Amino acid sequence: MNFLSLFVLIPVLMLCGLFMTRNMKQIRWICATGSSLLLILAAVLTFMYIGERNAGNTEAMLFTASAVWYAPLNIHYSIGVDGISVAMLLLSSIIVFTGTFTSWKIETMPKEFFLWFCLLSIGVFGFFISTDLFTMFMFYEIALIPMYLLIGVWGTGKKEYAAMKLTLMLMGGSALLLVGILGIYFASGASTMNLLELAEQHIPEVMQRWIFPLTFIGFGVLGALFPFHTWSPDGHASAPTAVSMLHAGVLMKLGGYGCFRVAIFLMPEAAKELSWIFILLTGISVVYGAYSAIVQTDLKYINAYSSVSHCGLVLFAILMYNETAMTGAVMQMLSHGLMTALFFALIGMIYGRTHTRDIREMGGLMKIMPFLAVGYVIAGLASLGLPGLSGFVAEMTIFVGAFQNADVFHRVMTVIACTSIVITAVYILRVVGKLLYGAVVNEHHKQLTDAVWYERFAVIVLIIAIAGIGLAPLWVSDMIHFSVDSLWPF
Amino acid sequence: MGYSNFLFLKEELSLIAVMVILLVYDIFGSKKSLNYFHPVACVLFLAHTLLNLFPSEASEAFGGMIINTPMGDIVKTILNVGTLIVLLQARNWLHSEAVLIRRGEFYFILFSTLLGMYFMISSGNFLMFFIGLEMASIPTAVLAAYDKYKHDTAEAGAKYILSAAFASGLSLYGISLIYGTTGTLYFADLPAHIDGSTLQIMAFAFFAVGLFFKISLVPFHLWTADVYQGAPTTVTAYLSVISKGAGAFVLMTILYKVFGNLIDEWRTICYALIVLTITVANLFAIRQQNLKRFLAYSSISQAGYILLGVISGNELGMTSLVYYILVYMISNLAIFGVIGIIEHRTGKITINDYNGLYKTNPRLSFVMMLALFSLAGIPPFAGFFSKFFIFAAAAQEGFYVLVLIACLNTIISLYYYLLVVKAMFINKNDTPIETVHSDAYTRISLVACTIGVIALGLISAIYEQLGTFSFGI
Repeated sequence: MNFLSLFVLIPVLMLCGLFMTRNMKQIRWICATGSSLLLILAAVLTFMYIGERNAGNTEAMLFTASAVWYAPLNIHYSIGVDGISVAMLLLSSIIVFTGTFTSWKIETMPKEFFLWFCLLSIGVFGFFISTDLFTMFMFYEIALIPMYLLIGVWGTGKKEYAAMKLTLMLMGGSALLLVGILGIYFASGASTMNLLELAEQHIPEVMQRWIFPLTFIGFGVLGALFPFHTWSPDGHASAPTAVSMLHAGVLMKLGGYGCFRVAIFLMPEAAKELSWIFILLTGISVVYGAYSAIVQTDLKYINAYSSVSHCGLVLFAILMYNETAMTGAVMQMLSHGLMTALFFALIGMIYGRTHTRDIREMGGLMKIMPFLAVGYVIAGLASLGLPGLSGFVAEMTIFVGAFQNADVFHRVMTVIACTSIVITAVYILRVVGKLLYGAVVNEHHKQLTDAVWYERFAVIVLIIAIAGIGLAPLWVSDMIHFSVDSLWPF
Repeated sequence: MGYSNFLFLKEELSLIAVMVILLVYDIFGSKKSLNYFHPVACVLFLAHTLLNLFPSEASEAFGGMIINTPMGDIVKTILNVGTLIVLLQARNWLHSEAVLIRRGEFYFILFSTLLGMYFMISSGNFLMFFIGLEMASIPTAVLAAYDKYKHDTAEAGAKYILSAAFASGLSLYGISLIYGTTGTLYFADLPAHIDGSTLQIMAFAFFAVGLFFKISLVPFHLWTADVYQGAPTTVTAYLSVISKGAGAFVLMTILYKVFGNLIDEWRTICYALIVLTITVANLFAIRQQNLKRFLAYSSISQAGYILLGVISGNELGMTSLVYYILVYMISNLAIFGVIGIIEHRTGKITINDYNGLYKTNPRLSFVMMLALFSLAGIPPFAGFFSKFFIFAAAAQEGFYVLVLIACLNTIISLYYYLLVVKAMFINKNDTPIETVHSDAYTRISLVACTIGVIALGLISAIYEQLGTFSFGI
């Protein structure tokens, strides 16, 4: 058996284990062990992957395996990774790991919470290791449905509305995707579902013209493509902490990854032809998301809109259609995943203490809970692109890549998208100034305590990852760049 | 004609044997021994199912009146499994005071409708088909009215018999027109005579409407909701899966075998019916409060999806259709099992009653949720696979727009399925349904359904086996 299957097998085993648990201690034990194993596995995979590449292996996908599943439709369970999926697997395992620790003290129905959490991880990991369209789509949907119950049961605020909206919109996206996948399969000659083999079969351009928008929008909904982003603010704001982390940190990356792996990779001609529509839309996502974040007063809404803006940038970069921008897009997915997870973790911890997320009702938290406050500042700085943290590397690469397109339209759009950096600085600094510095608004807040061990642990792991990418970006970007290079149809 | 022809009816004969044994047992059994009536019935039927589990070779008997195909045998097996599950779930209701004295007939009537479906499936002649259709419909009306002192139930029985009789009449008229234009009623001879004249198209339309009634496609669905709501839950379960499944399969085989020349015409008709059925039924389902009515509309919309397999007219379509029927049957029966036991113990049947069910009945709610997800087409449950394959079958013939419409409709259906999940898991309730203890029979049926819902999709062997027996036009 291929060891990549462990990424699916471990959460499945966790799921079975959780069914048998009797108390909180056992639940924690299973989840902590399982998520640590996943993290170790992802780290080992990264080292093995880099080792293979250094040894001169230039296959597009490494560690591949394939087994026939549904022969009449050429469906295989086929897996394999390249630099992009390794980066995403690493990101997912870090966030699942830290998510487990931020949910350490969950009170209502912990067993069920972690059951759905595990199902979500099965979907996410399965998606990133699959190289078969059908299997990929199946894992994609597996990742979506647990969201409904996770938000609906454990969420806060308008949770039922938000959960329903999120589920229906994302499933609407996947309905388009399903038609797109069937189109790809039959238009390419109905001989294979394997992504790499499909790329070699040419899909007629007439077909591409309608399949491309279907698949791009289908994945784009999850990647917060304007105007299909409206689920994101409500969903993120209502979700419990670990779920917001996983959702903004990993699930939205499924969208970007899918747009690249399926829409652009399999239908390059239509992608070139129709990209202008989607560049406009993603440009709106980037700028509009950032502006919306300025006026919000709820901490989670601020970050949700900021996610719309940052994830819009991922899709924007993908559509710029060159290697540099593409590498930047993957870097941005990684960076945004980590930093937004850190944000949501910290917001969850602050909310757990102050019981409010309204920035007008809080202030001076730096004195009261210095650890959390410093974490927040670091996340904020990463978000606005301070050199030395991951955000800078990613956005720099994207804009450099985007500007390489010589025509006016691309350049103008790039400049407009660039302005989002300034706006990001505005809303981040506004929150930091009001929330962390300033005077203590509420006297009761003075009795609050700082982070406890499991919270500190989660925060530190995330900060290390962010700084690790920011300070030494080359090992990641080389890995990604190599794969983009080998896949790119130039 | 030799008596050896009867050998080809072995499945029908073994069912008749079961019926006769039960009838004799019911009449002559001592009061004490009748306590074992239900288990004996289940075991006998299980034996019948196992005896006919595997498909036999394709064969013809009685001069082409009966045509057995391996695929038909498989569908019969699927119907058997479904009926067995229905039987298991029927125990509580059959042992309630009002029904107990009429218990024996239930099995006889139930099995005779099943026998009618067998005849429909293996018919090689329109007359044989019509006998099967009547045999399947008329006793069903008796079943629907089984709780005859309940107002709703009597209404359901009357509605069913009237609409079934009307539908059969239309069908028969269509058949007579077919005979008038071609001079034969044998399926084997008909394709050569079908040339697409206006009269034949009309004949086809009349004939098909009878079956459309049976599988309740919009606009022939108006009886469905009332009958489903009024009939005893067990009978509703039987109606919604077994009789619908058989109807859909027979429709497909006749369209493939007999009306292959009219493919353009019936494709147009099916196209319109699919769009109407799926959309209208989904929109109506959103507003339902009574779970049985809710499931009625949900099953109408599922019938629309089943028709996607028919419209494709290819091999993949047949495989996917039979697989879809199997998966739909297992998922729907799981839901009916849960609803039935809760209705029997507490009398509660509306969605609001189910608020907070998870707190008191975690297992039942869990089973119901899995089954609802399967109906909605969420992986990794079997419904996802069956939907994907049936969409693939339609897409193979280029019906992309139709598939898109159907896909978008799955979102509406997901919405109302989630409403039930929401009631069970999220909504708060001060007076939730008390903890319900199910009996061993129901439990066995629910466990079987749950395993089916999970395993049917993940294990590809069943689908691939079905594929080896399929044929297209």
